[in-house]
This record gives sequence, structure tokens and C-alpha cells, in this order.
Amino acid sequence: MSSGNGKTLNLTLEVWRQKGPKDPGKFVTYDAHGISTDMSFLEMLDVVNERLNEKGEEPIAFDHDCREGICGMCGLVINGRPHGPRGATTTCQLHMRSFKDGDTITIEPWRATAFPVLRDLVVDRSAFDRIIASGGFISVSTGNAQDANAIPVPKEAAELAMDAAACIGCGACVAACPNASAMLFVAAKVSHLGLLPQGQPERESRVTKMVAKMDAEGFGSCTNHRECEAACPKEIPVQFIARMNRDYLKASIFAGRREARAGDSA
Amino acid sequence: MELNSAIPSGPIEKKWDKHRFEMKLVNPANKRKYHVIVVGSGLAGGAAAATMAELGYNVSCFCYQDSPRRAHSIAAQGGINAAKNYQNDGDSVYRLFYDTVKGGDFRAREANVYRLAEVSANIIDQCVAQGVPFAREYGGLLANRSFGGALVSRTFYARGQTGQQLLIGAYQALQRQVGAGKVKMYSRHEMLDVVVIDGKARGIVVRDMVTGKISSHAADAVCLATGGYGNVFFLSTNAKGCNVTAIWRAYLKGAAFGNPCYTQIHPTCIPVSGDHQSKLTLMSESLRNDGRIWVPKQAGDTRPPHQIPEDERDYYLERKYPSYGNLAPRDISSRSAKEACDAGRGVGPGGKGVYLDFADAIKRLGEDAVREKYSNLFEMYERITDENPYKVPMRIYPAVHYTMGGLWVDYNLMSTIPGLHVLGEANFSDHGANRLGASALMQGLADGYFIIPYTIGHYLASNKLDKVGTDHAEFKKVEAEVAERTNKLLSIRGKRTVDSFHRELGKIMWEYCGMARNKAGLEKALELIPALREEYWQNVNVLGGGDELNQSLEKAGRVADFLELGELMSRDALVREESCGGHFREEYQTEEGEALRDDERFCHVAAWAYKGKDQTPERLVEPLAFENVHLQQRSYK
Ligand SMILES: Cc1cc2nc3c(=O)[nH]c(=O)nc-3n(C[C@H](O)[C@H](O)[C@H](O)COP(=O)(O)OP(=O)(O)OC[C@H]3O[C@@H](n4cnc5c(N)ncnc54)[C@H](O)[C@@H]3O)c2cc1C
Ligand code: FES
Repeated sequence: MSSGNGKTLNLTLEVWRQKGPKDPGKFVTYDAHGISTDMSFLEMLDVVNERLNEKGEEPIAFDHDCREGICGMCGLVINGRPHGPRGATTTCQLHMRSFKDGDTITIEPWRATAFPVLRDLVVDRSAFDRIIASGGFISVSTGNAQDANAIPVPKEAAELAMDAAACIGCGACVAACPNASAMLFVAAKVSHLGLLPQGQPERESRVTKMVAKMDAEGFGSCTNHRECEAACPKEIPVQFIARMNRDYLKASIFAGRREARAGDSA
Repeated sequence: MELNSAIPSGPIEKKWDKHRFEMKLVNPANKRKYHVIVVGSGLAGGAAAATMAELGYNVSCFCYQDSPRRAHSIAAQGGINAAKNYQNDGDSVYRLFYDTVKGGDFRAREANVYRLAEVSANIIDQCVAQGVPFAREYGGLLANRSFGGALVSRTFYARGQTGQQLLIGAYQALQRQVGAGKVKMYSRHEMLDVVVIDGKARGIVVRDMVTGKISSHAADAVCLATGGYGNVFFLSTNAKGCNVTAIWRAYLKGAAFGNPCYTQIHPTCIPVSGDHQSKLTLMSESLRNDGRIWVPKQAGDTRPPHQIPEDERDYYLERKYPSYGNLAPRDISSRSAKEACDAGRGVGPGGKGVYLDFADAIKRLGEDAVREKYSNLFEMYERITDENPYKVPMRIYPAVHYTMGGLWVDYNLMSTIPGLHVLGEANFSDHGANRLGASALMQGLADGYFIIPYTIGHYLASNKLDKVGTDHAEFKKVEAEVAERTNKLLSIRGKRTVDSFHRELGKIMWEYCGMARNKAGLEKALELIPALREEYWQNVNVLGGGDELNQSLEKAGRVADFLELGELMSRDALVREESCGGHFREEYQTEEGEALRDDERFCHVAAWAYKGKDQTPERLVEPLAFENVHLQQRSYK
């Protein structure tokens, strides 16, 4: 039973295998024959893993969960590109019809100092959680809220905030950046909240804290390569980085003034 | 064991208010002395952990993903209901309550449903305050859409990513508490058992999924918010990791399991494309606002859709249910699709599909308007099927989506194990035998933000809880059991992979305990499942070790529990000799093929109590009284 053209591919995979964080790791070659073009990339790996398992070899570890392009758990560098060849598509949504019979496909984990490899293709992205914990929220405890329609939000602002909020936190932006910068991720959150009236009171402190945390976590700086935008499966534009830079600058100027004022009164 | 639903007395509109007043409070200064464990970081768990921490409790929160933001709530597309009546179309708390009780085919507890409807409006307020970017009208106010089973427009949405945005709101609230040191978050930790001491839930045993270390965590109360168990069918719209393990382990420790057979088959999913299929993808029900469902009138008509003239198409939902049309509830829509396909009128490969057609909507509203509403869903469809739904109708087919069953809880969301609370999809409470669209997000957030934060205080304040630490003998014992089970799975080294067993179980469940069930089939399932389980423990092959990141081992533990759950579901379905909501027994239907309830015999919740290995579990009954919405046959005509 197949809905597509029922084509199958014979492929060669070059897969990064690494036992644990301390293991140096290496590429291992696997044969992947009889792969249906209707399969998703991860279903292709499932097939390869089933075959490995049957041969008594340990399957390739890779992260995934929703398999619908929304949880942000999956993420492989495929032929040198985070999430592979197709634009605006997560690894789990990539289908094998994007490949040709006889192709050799290299599969690697995200590579960044701030994302250490845990095993094979699985990396530790908990730095992202720590950045959010440093200030990526609106401080409103449950029960504090007024009626939802008491705060009208211009449609354009809501739409733009939604564009930024669409980030799935997969980390492809970091993996794509030559400096392993997390600017697009941080900018998306800063913009999502900073574009909404509810986000104004903490707008300056938020960007200051999040940028400081990003730096402390060991992400590199942004030198405008725009590789992040190209790799982002949710097409989050680099304009948000410019927006964040403006907010950051403003926040630092005000912080300077506040310190001066505090100095006066002391 | 007795089921005491603890429903407060008094008129339905006053119950929750009265109960809130009567519940004991914990002195604010004492809250920090209490420790609560929350397993799960989805809408229910994330909201609960954040809110309890805001109140001052110390919270530990666990999830199996690498970040709490990835809980499967993230995948919800269509929207969340709330009785705001912003559209002035006659909505009210009472109407949402009524629709939910009726939608659930009179198998839910009235008092819980009323409370859910009552707090629904607060949820939207809270989410907007957090910065959830809901869709808006040009005037800047919130927009709504309609969902199945309702004639009013009360669904709030954020494009086709409502669950994502709500979860990110809860996640941000949670991370704020993590940053403040009030929540300790344990990602990539899987709960493998609960620990009951002196009859009360006092902690859990978890496995660190990176190092494999098994450890204990003690607390004054435990909340399970671990989501649904639809993956017992192998193929479902759930994430690959969704599992029953947490609540199944609790069941084995004495928590009764409510209505395990109530599963929801969602009418609009992308059809299976081959044997390699690893999961099914939902196309949000919101599409039924504008898409029209049809099949060819003639069986075996293989012409492409555009060559089938209007008068040779059967818009079967519009024909059979003129007042609700394409927005008929899910159970009814799914069954109608199955009927059409069984009659040979299905479309696409294998005839397992029906059309969901947007041609009329595009003509009426223009392609841009349709794109604005649904672009991400259309793109997702195209990525998977390589077909452009702006040009050709989508093909859809029903798939397992949601489990109304779950651990039985009382009005306070407490299971039959004192101190063990269950929230969100993991409990059985509010949706009866069929959940209406956009009501799960509502329930998860209601439980997490607005119910458990009160009821947990009542539990803590009314019970004397001696200090127990993880050095208690019971923790050591449970840790040893968990380790033994893990070692057992690793030592079998048989011939079959975990997935091959899981797929086989899924086929049995779908065939015999799926969209339509009958006595002979269920009896067959009750023979096949134990045999498969037997084979599993002899012949599964789980490679690698226990003290490392081992995804095969993770799956193996979950499938072992599914193999036990499947049997309980079939047993529950067999005993319930009626059709109601998502539970359709072929022997019990009206002449028109609609579900035929038997209120005389089955107007109750069935909750199963574990009686020991190889013993038949005991079926407990909580009678349901309908004092406000009177029992009637559901009609959507
Ligand atoms: C594709 C899809 C679309 C949907 N669309 C809608 C919609 O539009 N509207 C609507 O109202 N509902 C919708 N639903 C239903 C709704 O999304 C879910 O019912 C709801 O989000 C469940 O929330 P939850 O918090 O109970 O569980 P989940 O969000 O599933 O969270 C479960 C949590 O428990 C953790 N967990 C599970 N097991 C363990 C364990 N053993 N150890 C440690 N942690 C564990 C997980 O890590 C996770 O954090 C949809 C569901 C799906 C699948
Ligand atoms: S697995 Fe969830 S985004 Fe790919």
C-alpha cells in the first residue's frame, strides 16, 4: 500500500557514531537499500535501525518526538545542512523523495560548544532552557490576569509576534552559524514578547538578561552570515535580530542612565 | 476499594465556589515546607508546576523530552474553547457545559464538566497576559472559530499552532520558576514507578535517560500529568514517546483506571502510506470550518476528483446531519468515513480515504483568505503527501488521537491512592465517552492553573504527613524492582525488535478494539494480547546496556506496559455492552447506525482495580447522575 509513486531508493549513509560525550566519535558507513520515496527521513532511519537491531548491532541514537515539525526535538545535519536540503522543513518532515537513487547521505549531530553530543546524533540543548529561565517570559502569576479583551493588540503586532513565537527551539540556527551563535533563537523570544503590550514592562530587563545568559552559555557572536535564517525550519527572519539589537542598545543606554541617577542620589 | 467522587453538594453553579471556600488552606509561610512532584510538563503539568511554585510550594518537575517545552501538547493545532461569548452568539458557561456533557454522550461527571466550563474564561485571560499571540480581528480584539459539536464560535486559536503557543506560555511561566529556584526541572528523566508509603503516594522512581542512573525522589504529594496512551495502537497522532508507563505503574500500585476503552478516533488525519509508517499526522478539525467532506456516490469510482461531477458526489455529513454538517462530532464523523470506505466508496490507495475539499471555500473567500487561516496545515499536508491541497482535495482518514480514559480521579483530581493526583489527558475525568474538539487544551490548563493549585492545598492541610526520605526501605525496594525489570529486558536477547511487537499489538488493537468493536473480536483480542506479551518476555531483543543513553530500552519498557494495557482496554470494551461516543459496539446501534446507549445498565464510570499478577482486575462502578442535562439520545441532525 503506497500513496506515492511507489519508487524505492538504494542509498549509502555516512553516519556519525559516538558512544558518549567523552568518546571521540567517527563516521560509519551503512547501506540503506529499498527505501520508499514516501518515507520520512526518520522513517528511513527507523528502517536502518531495525535492520541493525536484527543483526545485533546497536541502533543509531537520534532525538525525535512529534514527527510533525513542531516539537523541535529532531535535528540532524544532513549533507552539511541542518535539517537537510528542503527549506522550511524539519528533519522529521523531510521526505525521501528529496533524494535520488544511489545518493550518499552524510548525517551528523548539531555541532556547537554549547550543545555537547550525548550520543551519536543526540545533543544537549539545555542551554536554551536556561536562557529562557533568565528572562524569556512575562512575570504574571496565575490569577493575576484581567479580561483578555481589555488589552486590544493591533492585528499586525499580534501577527508579527506570532511569526517570532513560531520558533520551535530546535537549535538549527546555532548549528548553521559559523560562530555557533544563538542570536536568532534569543531574538525570536525577545521580539515575540517585546512586540506585545503585555511584554512592555520587562522589555529592557528581559533583553539584557537573556543576552548576558546567552554569552555565559558559550554561544558565539553574530557576524551577519544569515545562515541561521536559511536553516530555520520556521523561516524566522533575521530582522528580529536587528530588532533585538535596537532593544539591547536602548536597554544599555537606559541602564547607564539609571546607574548615573542612582549615583546622584547616593 | 470504594469510589468516592467527593462532589460537593448544592446546585451545580455553586459547587466549585462553595468547595473553594470549604477547602482547607495551607498557611502561606508553611507552603515552602511542602514538596510536590509533578510528572509531565505539558499543558497540565507545566501549568500545575508553575502555579504551585508561584504559590510557594517546592516543586520537582519531570519530563522525558530534552526540554519541558516539547511535551506533546505542543502539537495541538486547532484551538482552545472558552465560554467568553465574545461573538455574542449565545454562548455561556451553561452552554459549554451542556455541549460537553452531550458531546461526551452522557458518560462524564456533570460537576466536573461544569467547573471546567466555569474556569474556561480565566484560562484565556491568563494566556493573553502571558503573551500568547492568539489570532485577532482588525480592531485588536480576539478572534474565534467553530469546532465540532458546537453551534457557537468559542474556539480561540493561534494560527494552526494553538497548542504550541499555549505550551510556550506555560513553559515560560515554568522557566520563570526554575530561574527563581522554586521548580527543579528534570528533563530526560522517565518515571518508572510510584512509591506508596503508609497508603499515601510519597514519591517516584525515575531513570536518568542520559546516564541510565535509577534514583528516588520523595515528596508530600505526587501529580501525574503524563498525557494520553493512544500509542497502544502503535499508529496514532501522538508523539513517538507518548506512553502509558507512569499511569500504568500507578494502576499496579492501586490507582483505579477509569474507562480504559474510551478512545477517540479523529476523522481528519493523513492516510497511511505504507508499512514503514511510524506515526499519523492530524489535519486539524478547524479545517472542517471550510472544507467539505465527500466521497463518490458510486462504489469503485476511480476517476480523479475533479472529473467527478457535483451530482455524483456524496457530501455524506451534510446529507446525514444537516444542522451540524461537516462539524458533526468526531466519533460520528469518523464512523461515517469508515462506513463510506467499507462500502467501497473510499478514495486513494487501498480505498482508505475520503476527500476534504476546499474548492468551494477558495471560490467563496479567495485563496489568500484560506491561506491566512490554514497555510501551515496545507504546507504540512503537501510536505507529507506531495500533493497541493489548494489544487486537489485533501485525502483524509480517521486515526487514533486521544484517550478519554485514564486514571480515575475524584472532584479534587485525586486518584484512589491518597496523595496521587492526576491531571490532563492522563485522567479520565471530563470528556465522558467522546471529547469535543478544542476541549483537551482547555481541560489541561484548567486542571493545571486553576484546580490542582487549590485542591493540593486541601490535601496537604488535611493530612498529617510524616517526613519520609529516599532512604526509606520502600524507596530502596521499588528502585530494586525497577532495576530488575530493566535488567530483565536487557537480558532476553531474543529474535524480535521492540517495534515489531509494538506494531503487532497496534494491529490487534485497531482490528478488534478500534473504531468498531464486537464481542467476538474483543474475545479474540483477549486471547491474542496475552500470547503476544508472553512471547515478548521470551523473544524481544533489546541491545546495549542499562547505564547509558539507550533508546531501545526506553521503548522496550513502554511497550511492555502497552502489552498489559491493551488487555485491560479490551476487557473494558467487552463488558460495556452498549455503544457510547467513541466506544462503538456493533451489536448496539440504532436502525440508522448511530450509537445506542444503554442507560439502564451502563450510565456509570467503570474503574478497574488491579488485583495482582494473573488475577482478573475488579470492575468498580461510579454511577453517573444527570440532574441538569437530561439523558437523551444525542442528535446532530
Ligand atoms: C496532533 C494533536 C492535535 C491536537 N489538537 C488539539 C486541539 O486543537 N485542541 C485541543 O483542545 N486538544 C488538542 N489535542 C489534544 C491535546 O493536545 C492533548 O490532549 C493535551 O495537550 C494533553 O496535555 P497533557 O498536559 O495532559 O499531556 P502532554 O502534553 O502529552 O504532556 C505529557 C508530559 O508527560 C511527560 N511524560 C509522559 N510520560 C512520562 C514518564 N513516564 N516519565 C516522565 N515524564 C513523562 C512528557 O514528557 C510530557 O511532558 C491534540 C492532540 C494531538 C495529538
Ligand atoms: S520530531 Fe518534533 S519537530 Fe521533528
